[in-house]
Amino acid sequence: MMLRVASVEPLSPLVTKFRFVHPDGAALPLFSGGAHVVVEMPDGEMIRRNAYSLVSDPMDGSGYEIAVRREDLGRGGSLYMHTRVAEGDLLGVGAPANLFGLDLRARKHVLVAGGIGITPFIAQIRQLTRLQLPFELHYCARSRSEAAGLALLPDLPQVHVHISDEGNRMDPAEVLSGQPLGTHAYTCGPEGLVAAMADAGARLGWPEAALHSETFLAPPPGKPFRVTLARSALTLTVGPDQSLLEALEAAGVDAPWLCRGGVCGQCETAVLSCHGRIEHHDHWLDDDEKAAQTKIMPCVSRFQGQDLILDR
Amino acid sequence: MAGTAFTPSILSRPVYAGLVSRGATPAIMLAEGEGALALMALADHDPAVMGHAHIIHIPAGTGHGAALQALGPAMYHEGPTLPAVLPRLRKALGDAHMGTALYIAGTEGVIGQVTAEALAAGVAAGAISTEHHGGAARRMQCVHCKGITEDVVTDPFICSHCGLSLFVRDHFSRRLGAFQGVCVDAETPGQIPAMQEIRP
Repeated sequence: MMLRVASVEPLSPLVTKFRFVHPDGAALPLFSGGAHVVVEMPDGEMIRRNAYSLVSDPMDGSGYEIAVRREDLGRGGSLYMHTRVAEGDLLGVGAPANLFGLDLRARKHVLVAGGIGITPFIAQIRQLTRLQLPFELHYCARSRSEAAGLALLPDLPQVHVHISDEGNRMDPAEVLSGQPLGTHAYTCGPEGLVAAMADAGARLGWPEAALHSETFLAPPPGKPFRVTLARSALTLTVGPDQSLLEALEAAGVDAPWLCRGGVCGQCETAVLSCHGRIEHHDHWLDDDEKAAQTKIMPCVSRFQGQDLILDR
Repeated sequence: MAGTAFTPSILSRPVYAGLVSRGATPAIMLAEGEGALALMALADHDPAVMGHAHIIHIPAGTGHGAALQALGPAMYHEGPTLPAVLPRLRKALGDAHMGTALYIAGTEGVIGQVTAEALAAGVAAGAISTEHHGGAARRMQCVHCKGITEDVVTDPFICSHCGLSLFVRDHFSRRLGAFQGVCVDAETPGQIPAMQEIRP
C-alpha cells in the first residue's frame, strides 16, 4: 500500500523516526510487538526494499512508525530514507509481518537490546504493558549521545539502561541468572551481543527454546558476480550494492520473499551447480546446508567464483 | 537406551529418552519405585549432578532409599505416594529458577503427572529428562465423563467413574499427564472385545 510520510523526526545524529499514515486517513492493519514492514524506495532504475521494525503502538492503526539508523557504509537504503524522504512523500509500505514475536506462554519476558536493536522491543513493551505481563528490558548503548532508544522508551521501572562509556556495561550472566521458571529472553542487536546472551544462557542451563534472538541483517554489499537462472534461461550480473534478490526482481524474475534479512526462509532457492564459494550471510540454513552449497538465500547471500546456476 | 523401550506409535505418545546429565546445575529429581535405579546410574555417570540436587523419592515397595541418600544429594525427601509428595514438588518448582534441571524416573503415570506439574510451573519441555522404569500400567482419562483411572493394565478397561468400557488409546494429554480412553462399544452396544494385557 502507498502511505504518506506524516512526520520525520530526528532522535539522535544517526537515527530518525518516520511516521506513515494512509493518504485517506484510513485505519492501517494492527500488528503484534516485534513486527516489521518492508519499505519500498524507488531509486533510479531500481526499487530498494528494506525491512524496519515497527516502533508504534501495535493496537494503534492510525499510523506506522519506524526508526531508521543511517548506515553510511550500507548499500544506500538507510541513506535514502535519511536524505531523500520528506514529510508528505508517498512510499510503498508492505503489510506488517512478525518474525520476532513474544512467546506468550512465558511467565516473564526479559528483553535485551543493543543499539538500534531496541526497535522491536518498543512495540513489545506496549503489548506487554497492555497485557499486564511481567517483563524487564535492558537497553545497551555505547554512549548516551548514540542512545536514540532513550527517546522512544517509556519511563518505567522495568526499563534498565546500560551505557558502556559511563561504566555500566551489561553483564549477560547477571541478567539471566536468578530468573523465575518460565522466563523467556529475547535479544536484538549486534551478533556479539546475541552470541554473549546465548553463551550465558547455555552456561546457566537455559533451554534453547527460551532464548530468542533477531540480528538486524541488511544485505551486505560485495563484489559483483554473475548468476545463471536455469528455469528463466537468464544470466544476470549482481551489482556490488545490489542483493541477488534485488537483481532477480530487476530482471522481472518472480522470486518469493518476506523478511529480506536472511531469517524467514521464504526466498530459499535450490543451487543446481556451483563452481566457487557461496557467501552465506543468512541465519536460516544450518552449517551443514551452508557447507553443502546446494541452497542459497538470495536476500542476503552472495557468490564468488566460476559459475552459479540456480533453480529459478 | 536406559529404561523401558516402548513400541513406536503416534507423535502424541510420550517417549522417555533416559536420564542425561545436565551437569552441576540446581536439579529437582523425582524417582518412583525402580526409577531410583535411573538416578543411581545418572550419579554414577556424572557425580557432579548431585551437588545441587533435591531428590524426592517414592519407594513404592522398593528398598532403594538408603542407596539414594548415599549419592549425597543436597536434599532428600521420601514420601509414600505421589499425592503425598506433590506439595513438596510444587514448592520446589515454585522456588526454582531458570536453569534448574528436572529429572523424572518411574512409571508412566508418575512421569506424566510430574511433567504436567513442571510444565504448568513454567519449566520448558527441553529442561525435563525422563526415564521409564516399572510396569506398563497407564493413567487413563475417560473422554466421556473426564474421570481418571489410575494403573490401568488391560485394554479395554472399565472406567472407575462412569462404568463405560474404554479402548486404551496412545493419544496423550500433556496437560493432564494421562492417556485418553474412548468408549469401545459406542457403535455396537454390548459388543466388547476381549480384554488384553497392556504391553510396552
